[in-house]
Amino acid sequence: MTPLSKIESAIEAVPEDADPQSAADALLKLCEEVIEHWVIAKGDSPTDDTREGFRLLALHRQGAKGDPSFNACRETCREIAYHYNLITSEPEAAETTDRVAMMKMISNHLNLFISGKMQVAALGDFCCSSKPIRLAPEVKNETSRKQIRKEA
Amino acid sequence: MTTTKDKYKKVAYYPGCALEGTGHAYNRSTKAIGKELGLDLVEVKNWNCCGAMEVKNVDPKLQTYLSSRVMSVAANEMDMDVVMAPCNGCYHNLKKAEYDLANDKESADVVDKLSKKAGHKTYESGQVETIHALDWIKDTIGEDGLKERVKNSLEGIKVANYYGCMYTRPRHIFPEKDAGPGSESTSKPHFMDDLLAAAGAENVDFPLKTACCGGAHTLSDSDMSTKLVLNILKAAKLAGADVIATECPTCHTGLEMHQIRAEKTLGVSVDIKILYFTQLLGMALGLKPKKVGVHENISNSLRFLKEKGLA
Repeated sequence: MTPLSKIESAIEAVPEDADPQSAADALLKLCEEVIEHWVIAKGDSPTDDTREGFRLLALHRQGAKGDPSFNACRETCREIAYHYNLITSEPEAAETTDRVAMMKMISNHLNLFISGKMQVAALGDFCCSSKPIRLAPEVKNETSRKQIRKEA
Repeated sequence: MTTTKDKYKKVAYYPGCALEGTGHAYNRSTKAIGKELGLDLVEVKNWNCCGAMEVKNVDPKLQTYLSSRVMSVAANEMDMDVVMAPCNGCYHNLKKAEYDLANDKESADVVDKLSKKAGHKTYESGQVETIHALDWIKDTIGEDGLKERVKNSLEGIKVANYYGCMYTRPRHIFPEKDAGPGSESTSKPHFMDDLLAAAGAENVDFPLKTACCGGAHTLSDSDMSTKLVLNILKAAKLAGADVIATECPTCHTGLEMHQIRAEKTLGVSVDIKILYFTQLLGMALGLKPKKVGVHENISNSLRFLKEKGLA
């Protein structure tokens, strides 16, 4: 598996004007690896299942379990799957080079989003809709919050 | 029977903190188009912060209380039944508070206790309906109404509509979305696309329309935010857009600031304009750029607007 720190450059290195099928396959694989890193960091084993024909979508579901803020990359994953389909079903289309370039950008967005989530305090959250994972340990449970409110 | 259209013609306006600061152009343009369209905005009296995002990260129930107070003032002190919040953070937080109060007794108890302590009536779930500025225009004027009122068509302007991540997430706090024909979609939002198309703009297919802008990461890791924004700007450009239309002050400011930061720190310049949808609609309705706060934006789009006949 490609180390997370190398995925950004690996995405960048995918050629836009070479074989479109290979480019789309490579990008999809890198995106799966990004989510695999997230799933493994959470202590799970990455699934081999597929959703709607894509392992990426199954991995996203697995990564989002118990972590609603992870859904902020749900549409990003779906757009990656959509672009994969566009590229592979119409490889001769005039737009293919642009579609590969766009798939690279969407893939990079997924990578940046998940890298951001991973880097904060040992798998902390960085999404606006996050659960309060940045709290000091003593304030993490509801009893402590009640105490704080009481004291206030 | 009162229709949604009638109901939304006079709403309690909750600008929120950002619209009095970095997002002032959004405040100005929202008020300007409201006036132009004959819609009545009555600002919520003595409103407070909705609790985004800092309070929510520390104590989600305290955020529920803060948002509930805004709705309590609108309902109990102003006798209003609709609160319009143009900021995605405020809109999201009021909707979340509404959901929590309807579904979590403990949240309701905390809100009741804090409301009594603060000396105002406790907000009861369902007293008001919270809507976004997009709902407000879409349901009162709509596309047909806009088409009739357009004086300066946005024809020739290619727009990537950027909604950000909070307008549609999490889905369970927006029960009115994904509710069949005419409703907003949480996976492919389109209200802004619809309104700007009615004003003549050409919307491009923009795959990152609900992707994260890194707003919450701006202070803790600016480089990450810059990279996320740069990706959004480049994707919009590749999609063929001249302009990114926004409907959230945090996203808007982030896009503008990191556009400049990307140039300074990464040496990457992306020539794309960033305007609030209310600014574009206002100019389409015949308002001058200054009336909709174009001069208050960080990026300068005046030359572009002149070229397109809007300034």
